[in-house]
Amino acid sequence: MSKITGSQAIIKCLQEEGVDTIFGFPGGAVIDLYDELLDSDIKHVLVRHEQGAVHAADGYARATGKVGVALLTSGPGATNGVTGIATAYMDSIPVVVFTGQVPRALIGNDAFQEVDIVGITRPCTKHNYLVSDPDELVATIREAFYLASSGRPGPVLIDLPKDVVASMMSFPEKKPIKMKTYQPTVDPHPGQVEKACKACLKAKRPVLYIGGGVILSNANKELTELAEKLSIPVTMTLMGLGGFPGTNPLSLGMLGMHGSYASNMAVAKSDLLISVGARFDDRVTGRLDAFAPHAKIIHIDIDPTSISKNVDVDIPIVADCKHALRAMNSWFDDSKQFDRKVIKEKHKPWVEQVNQWNEKHPLTYHEEGDIIKPQYVIEVLNTLTGGDAIITTEVGQNQMWAAQFYKFNEPRRLLTSGGLGTMGYGLPAAIGAKLAFPDKTVIDVAGDGSIQMNIQELATARQYNAPVKVAILNNGYLGMVRQWQELFYNKRYSATIMEITPDFVELAKAYGAVGLRATKKDEVEPVIKEALATDKLVIMDFAISREEGVFPMVPAGKATTEMLLV
Amino acid sequence: MKHTLSVLLQNKPGALSRVTGLFSGRGFNIESLCVAETLDPKVSCMTLVTRGDDAIVEQITKQLHKLIDVIKVTDITEGEFVEREMVLIRVKAEATTRAEVLRIIDIFRGKVVDVSPTTYTVEITGPESKIKAVIDILRPIGIKEIIRTGTIAMARAPKN
Repeated sequence: MSKITGSQAIIKCLQEEGVDTIFGFPGGAVIDLYDELLDSDIKHVLVRHEQGAVHAADGYARATGKVGVALLTSGPGATNGVTGIATAYMDSIPVVVFTGQVPRALIGNDAFQEVDIVGITRPCTKHNYLVSDPDELVATIREAFYLASSGRPGPVLIDLPKDVVASMMSFPEKKPIKMKTYQPTVDPHPGQVEKACKACLKAKRPVLYIGGGVILSNANKELTELAEKLSIPVTMTLMGLGGFPGTNPLSLGMLGMHGSYASNMAVAKSDLLISVGARFDDRVTGRLDAFAPHAKIIHIDIDPTSISKNVDVDIPIVADCKHALRAMNSWFDDSKQFDRKVIKEKHKPWVEQVNQWNEKHPLTYHEEGDIIKPQYVIEVLNTLTGGDAIITTEVGQNQMWAAQFYKFNEPRRLLTSGGLGTMGYGLPAAIGAKLAFPDKTVIDVAGDGSIQMNIQELATARQYNAPVKVAILNNGYLGMVRQWQELFYNKRYSATIMEITPDFVELAKAYGAVGLRATKKDEVEPVIKEALATDKLVIMDFAISREEGVFPMVPAGKATTEMLLV
Repeated sequence: MKHTLSVLLQNKPGALSRVTGLFSGRGFNIESLCVAETLDPKVSCMTLVTRGDDAIVEQITKQLHKLIDVIKVTDITEGEFVEREMVLIRVKAEATTRAEVLRIIDIFRGKVVDVSPTTYTVEITGPESKIKAVIDILRPIGIKEIIRTGTIAMARAPKN
C-alpha cells in the first residue's frame, strides 16, 4: 500500500466523515496540516481566538446534528480552546478538536508552546488521545468521530505531535468500529418500557420533563406523539426548548430557576414525572427534597450515570430517547388497556388545572412608557422571524429572556450554553450555525457584558460572509449578577457596573458591519426590521430598562414553588 | 460502608489518571489503590477501596464504567472474596526487645527481611484486620517506618 503523510491522512479522515467546514487558528505545531488544507476542498474558517473556534464548531454541531470540528495549535492555542471544550462537554455536543503538539522527542521538556492538553482536558472531554504512534493516527481519528457522535455525545480531543503528522503512514480501509470498552445501550429494556407505560396509564397528574437528550437524539416527533396521545403537559429544560413545540397547547415552557409558574407548579403537584433526556440539574430542581415530592419518576436517559444521580428514580430506562419513546408509543398503540379518549378525559382536569396556573401567572413584564423592555425585544424578534430563526445566546439575563419569550417550535433553533453557562458563546456559535445554514436567519441575543467576551469574532463573520444579527440587550450592567445583588446582597453592586462599554454602533462600523440603535420602545420594531432586511452583518444595540430582572425566579436553594414573580 | 472495587482497564498511558481524576473531580474518596497488569499485558487490574453509601458507590461504579478505557467494574464486596495486603514495618529491636519482636512476628506469620543493630524490618501479609492488629501490637515497642501496599482482592471461585 502506498504511504501518505499524516496531514494527508487527517484530511482524508475528515472527508471520510463528511466534514465540509472546520474552525481553527494556525501555529507552528500544526503548520504542516494547514499546508495540506490549502489543497483540500474542506473550508477552513480562521477565527480570531481559539475559544471562538470551538464554540463555532459547537454551534455548527448543535444546528446540524453533525460533528463539529476545530483545529488548534499547541500550547496557548489548545488552552484557549478549553472553555469551548468544557462548554460542549456540559451540553453533550459532538465536537472533535485537533490540537498540535510539540514533536514526540520534546514532550515533557517544557518545549516552546508545549502544554499537556490531554491532561488538562481529561475531565472535560468524553475521551481524548495523544497520538504517539503514526500507525494509530487514522484509527484514532475514526474512533474519535465515533465516540463524539454516538451514545451520549460529547467533545473528543486528539493531540497531534508535529512529527507524527509529518510521518509517512498507510491509510487502511474503514471498517465498522467496535469497541470492547464502549457499547452504549440504545434500545430500551422492554420490561422497563412496559412498567413506564403502565405507570402512565395509572397517573392522574403526569408531566413530561424533557431535556437536551430529546434534541440530540432527534426525538421531537416521537415526544410530541407521546404527549398528544396521552394528553400530558410538557415542560422543558433550557436545553430541551424546541424538543416540543413552544406554541403547542400542552407546552408549559421552561421549568426551574427562571421557569414558568405553570411548569414549576405542575412538577410540584404531579403524581408522575416522565423525564426524557434531562439530568435533574440543580437549576431545574431547586431544593431537592421539594422537587416533585408526590411523583413517581420515570427517567429515560442514554447515560446510566445520569439516572439516580441527583433524584431517586422509580423506573429507569437506559436508552436513546428516540428509541425509548418509539417503544412507548408502540406499546400504547398495541395495548388493549389504552384508550385515547379515556385517557384524555382522565387528564382533562389536570390539563385544565395547569392552564389555570398559566393564566394566573403567565410569563409577563411591566410596560414602562417608551422605555425598552428586553422581553419586548425578544417578542418582536419572535414575531418578525415567525419563530423560525436560529437563536444563539450569551449567558445571563439575555439568555433567560430569550428562553422565556422566544417560542421555539423546532429543535436545533436555540443554541445556548446551558450546563457550563459560558459568556461569549453566542457570537461564535451563531457564526457556526450561519455557515451551516446560510439561508437561515441567525440571531445572537447578547448582553453588553457577554458580547465583549468574544466580540473579536465579528471579523470572522465578515471574512467568511456569515451575516449574523447580534441583538445586544444593553443595560450597562452584568445584569444577572446585578439582579442577585439587588435581591440578596442589599443592592451592593460589586463589580457589576460596566462603566465603559464601546459604542456598539461605531464598533459595528469599525468591523464593516451595520450598527443600529434603539433607545425607545417604538424604535425597536424598525431596527429589527432593518436588521432582518439587510444581508449584512448587523449589531443592534437596544438600550433597555437598566434594572430589569428575570422573573419568575426561584432563589438558589429554595423549592421551585417558592417563586418570586413579576 | 467500605467497598472494594475491582476494575479492569486498558493498560494505556493516562488510564490510571482518568480513574484518579474521576475520584478527585467528583469528590469520591479512595482509601487505597493497587494496580498492575493482568495475564493480558494490554489490560491492567486495579483494586480500589472506597467508602460511601449505596447511592455513592452506585455512582462511582457507573462513572467508572463510563470511562472509555475501563473494561469492567466489579464491586467484589457484594459477594465472597479474599483480600490481602502486605506491609513492611521497621520496628525498634534493641537488646531488650529483639526477642519479643520476633515472637510477635512469628505469631503473625511474618518474616524479618532486613536487620540493623537497632531495628528489624518485617514483612507481613494478610487482610486489613490482621495488618491493623500487628501494627497495634508493635506500636508500643516503637515503629520507625511503615509502608503498606494497599489491598488487593479477588472474588472467591464458585464452590460447585
